[in-house]
Amino acid sequence: MYDGGKIIVGLLICLGFFLSPFFYNAGKAAKVPNPQLTEIAKEAQTCVMSKDYMTTSHFTLLDKWRNTVVRDGERYFKGENGKIYYKSLQMTCLKCHANKSKFCDQCHNYMDVNPYCWDCHIEPKESE
Amino acid sequence: MNFIISILFSGIAVSVIVLIPWICIGAIDGAFMRSLFGIIIPYAAIATFLIGIVVRVISWSRSPVPFRIPTTAGQEWSFPWIKSNPIDNPKGMGGVILRMIFEVLLFRSLFRNTRLEYLNDENGPKINYEWEKWLWLAALAFHYSFLVIFLRHFRFFLDPIPGFVHVLESLDGFMQLGIIPFNGFGMPGVYITDGLLLAAVTYLFVRRIYIHQVRYISLPADYFPLFIILGLGLTGVLMRYAIRVDITAVKELSISLFQFSPKVPDGIGVIFFIHLFLLCVLIAYFPFSKLMHMAGIFLSPTRNMANNNRFKRHVNPWNYPVKFHTYAAYEDEFREKMIEAGIPVDKGVEATSESGKKE
Repeated sequence: MYDGGKIIVGLLICLGFFLSPFFYNAGKAAKVPNPQLTEIAKEAQTCVMSKDYMTTSHFTLLDKWRNTVVRDGERYFKGENGKIYYKSLQMTCLKCHANKSKFCDQCHNYMDVNPYCWDCHIEPKESE
Repeated sequence: MNFIISILFSGIAVSVIVLIPWICIGAIDGAFMRSLFGIIIPYAAIATFLIGIVVRVISWSRSPVPFRIPTTAGQEWSFPWIKSNPIDNPKGMGGVILRMIFEVLLFRSLFRNTRLEYLNDENGPKINYEWEKWLWLAALAFHYSFLVIFLRHFRFFLDPIPGFVHVLESLDGFMQLGIIPFNGFGMPGVYITDGLLLAAVTYLFVRRIYIHQVRYISLPADYFPLFIILGLGLTGVLMRYAIRVDITAVKELSISLFQFSPKVPDGIGVIFFIHLFLLCVLIAYFPFSKLMHMAGIFLSPTRNMANNNRFKRHVNPWNYPVKFHTYAAYEDEFREKMIEAGIPVDKGVEATSESGKKE
């Protein structure tokens, strides 16, 4: 090998970078997000849309709600089950999902998602 | 190879790579298929990637580099009163490190790319070297977007997520396109690098077929990585903005892979497996392809050596010990015969015998 020392140092840096997730996660207990439903949510049984849609795309719905409410003044939304909902984060969404730290934050912290809901809205006060 | 055949060949190859997980997970499905595409193939691809890079670099390091190659754009250091260029034509380690930093981080060689042009004026055509910067710009946009996207993906790889990922995400997503008038379109936060990467890869592809000299020298090995990166980018963008999957399940899968306790959670959509399979093919193909320029750039002989040929002795590394036969020894061997033949000698027979007596 020519310039072996430098090349081996370079290779070790490269390997260290690509293997860093293995080292970083080693020995840590895998913690999985566990969103909890409140009693009111359990009673209601269904959300405004299906669970699959809400898991992957609730932010799209919230964006649509925000824009139609703020810009067009449309306040009512017909859910998948035919029920009419009042479009409001604080009065509709947070009525059931009042437990932000045990519901929203579970996945958001796990995936490092930082929604800017609370730039304008007041964060729900959680009563234990 | 004809460029249409090259493009067709690479295009069909990438389509097959997309179709394999699509059919296996989308149509056949089952625990075996999911662990094949979620666990076995990713592990095999990572191993091929890392071992392949190491083997390739070590095989390169066995080739001797005999001499400094001063292909530079700057004046060599000679006398104090001649202005030299310490970065483009360095005489020591410091300049070489700077030159490598400029090369690796800013693609300086590409920046100096010129294109020969003929300018027609009343006296006929004139040669002109146009500064061609679009390739440099697209290459820079492409590589940095790729790096940022790769580092952003660390939110799927690490738990808890370190701060740099968060900083990258906020900088990359600062446009907050959710407020544009297409309801629900710019959600979740649109990343600048996503668009930049796709645009740059598209430019690099169009450039290849638009400039006829580049088209002439392009092979399937040039189109294939472009197509596979384009496919990777498109599936990623689709997965984020259109056909969404449960990303917490995706993260559970990736963390379990990194912890060597692999487990594929239920309910991950087909598109994720297509994305992952494209990535696996890309990284498994990596050590055998032109993509090895990632490691190769550090071993560029014209960039990584100081131009000190004139004041440092460089011995050819493959020199074997040469057995010398000096003239004095030659004369000693043939002195009598040389004198007999009338060839002049340095030392006569008497001189040698006298010196022999003295001893």
